[in-house]
Amino acid sequence: MRRMLLATSVLALFLLHQDVWFWRTPDPLLFGFLPIALSYHALFSVAAALLMWALVKYSWPSHLDMPEAAQAHGRRDAAANSNTIEDALETGGPINKEDRT
Amino acid sequence: MIPALFVFGYLAIVLYIGVFAFRRSKAREGAEDYFLAGRSLGPYVFLFSLFGTNMTAFSILGSSGHAFNNGVVTYGLMASCSALIIPLTIFLVGTRLWALGKRFGFMTPVQMFRDRWECSHIGTVIFVVQAALLVPYIIIGVMGGGTTLNAISGGKVPYWFGGALVAMVVMCYVFFGGMRGTAWVNTFQTILFLCFGAIAVIVIGSGMGGFKNAIEALRSSPSTAALLSRERISPLFFFSYSFIPLSSIAFPHIAIFCLTARKMEQFKRTVVFYPICILMLWLPCCFLGVVANRMTDVPQIQQKIEARRTLAAQGSQLSPGERDSLRSKMSADDVLLLLLDRYAPLWLAGLLGAGIMAAVMASDSQILALSTMFAEDVFAFYEGKARFGEAVQVHTGRIFVVLVTIVAYAIALKAPQSIFELAVQYAFSGYAALAPLLIAALFWKRSTKWGALASTVWTAAAVIAVAVFQGLVPAPAPGPPIVTWSVAGIDVLSRTPGGTAVLGFMPVVPMTVMSVLLIVVVSLLTAGPSGSTIVRYFPSKSEIKAA
Repeated sequence: MRRMLLATSVLALFLLHQDVWFWRTPDPLLFGFLPIALSYHALFSVAAALLMWALVKYSWPSHLDMPEAAQAHGRRDAAANSNTIEDALETGGPINKEDRT
Repeated sequence: MIPALFVFGYLAIVLYIGVFAFRRSKAREGAEDYFLAGRSLGPYVFLFSLFGTNMTAFSILGSSGHAFNNGVVTYGLMASCSALIIPLTIFLVGTRLWALGKRFGFMTPVQMFRDRWECSHIGTVIFVVQAALLVPYIIIGVMGGGTTLNAISGGKVPYWFGGALVAMVVMCYVFFGGMRGTAWVNTFQTILFLCFGAIAVIVIGSGMGGFKNAIEALRSSPSTAALLSRERISPLFFFSYSFIPLSSIAFPHIAIFCLTARKMEQFKRTVVFYPICILMLWLPCCFLGVVANRMTDVPQIQQKIEARRTLAAQGSQLSPGERDSLRSKMSADDVLLLLLDRYAPLWLAGLLGAGIMAAVMASDSQILALSTMFAEDVFAFYEGKARFGEAVQVHTGRIFVVLVTIVAYAIALKAPQSIFELAVQYAFSGYAALAPLLIAALFWKRSTKWGALASTVWTAAAVIAVAVFQGLVPAPAPGPPIVTWSVAGIDVLSRTPGGTAVLGFMPVVPMTVMSVLLIVVVSLLTAGPSGSTIVRYFPSKSEIKAA
């Protein structure tokens, strides 16, 4: 439910970027000198920052942040996938390029 | 000349930071330390250097120049959509890239593609396309250094010397400092050019006696009133531009940069504060660019306004060559420098000039990214590392940095800047069309190497096709586009004054949509990677818990 809400917010903010309603006028001028096309999009940038805060707060992909031991295990897994295990272990690279396109 | 002395001082500081980073990392000579700063960047260095890496000369000079000629639309067109899409892609894609890099030891996106899709030569094709799209950027960076130093010194520092000096400084701190030096320099530069925006607005605003009168004057003149709204731009064109920020995460220097964070926590501040950094830099530059239209007492600005007026009034009767000449006269990338020259005291103009130079010198991370890609995706992949060892791999990367800089400088001396400015435009569209590769690799189990190849080949072909089309059909005068292909009364392909339109959209839209379609359809028609690879990339919840 929370994810759905955040995804909808992202989509809504993207749609709000296409502000055709302020297309042909500089009015109202914010602070008497900032045309609406600038002030609206400046506020849009602030709204984007707030949305990013909400994403970080409520939808942070913490499952990706594996502990060091698991990372080392992952590198071993990757190395095991290579046909030159010693090289791959040394480089941390999992590339098995023989028999591949 | 005094402002130029400030810039020389700034270049000396930047060089020192690079050498300091070299001394700091001397004990750790490994490839991961040189190319990725040992995956050890802290939160603030990561935020500021990632932002600085993404900002180029265009962010300060180009944005104000674009706003000078096109009005307030520039901010909504280029900045505010980036404020949403770039941090979103860092949040969704950057964090996953970081996690895979940390887990499997990847140092470039191509390494990840090769492993994820179990391919080798297809990875090389992706490398070639990515590298080809990156090179114009590096050349533009060298050119920007030469022209900016020339302008700041009032023509006393020749273009060739300015370009050579900037290229040499960048080369030295990238050569010695690697990613650590580049990140530290970028952090310093970002702080400098973020301060630049606020100071420039205050100084120029007070010099002009406030902005209210300037805006009122622009509004009351029929020739400038349109600059305060978006009436000259179509909503479809505006919508098209929101595809461009997708390119950011697909740029190799940004994707590689995502691998440098010490912890995933480092991404949090970057994601949240990125839109604010965009606001702080772009809003002042765009606004000042528009306001510069009031500076008709500055002869250079008057010439630009005259050229724009002539092109709008008589453009359709002029030859393509004459139109190009007027376009180059109305090119306004120096309006901020002219405003500073007019309103800022010499010492402040020098400091602000250093801020501008900070944004111009963005080619550092691109040179380093190209060197990392060569060292990892070519040298190490084709057995160089296995045969000669890791130390030789790092030396190779360093030599590559020197070679790239020399070649870029040689081309910058000979070739006209406009060619590479165009090439950079194509590069944005190209990288936006390559973004689906990253998304498919990270989020879609069923994606295959053949889908990735189809998408990459399509991107390369589309970029070349747009370049050839724009070369064959000269840009028309401001006004209606030249329709070159229409079907049943619908304009399919048109040449517009600013580029190309496909069904009214910028080319980036069909390029990206087709890239997505190709990767989906071709992947569904071909066999995917083995089950063991899928399990490694998409572990189940229980496996994550067990880990």
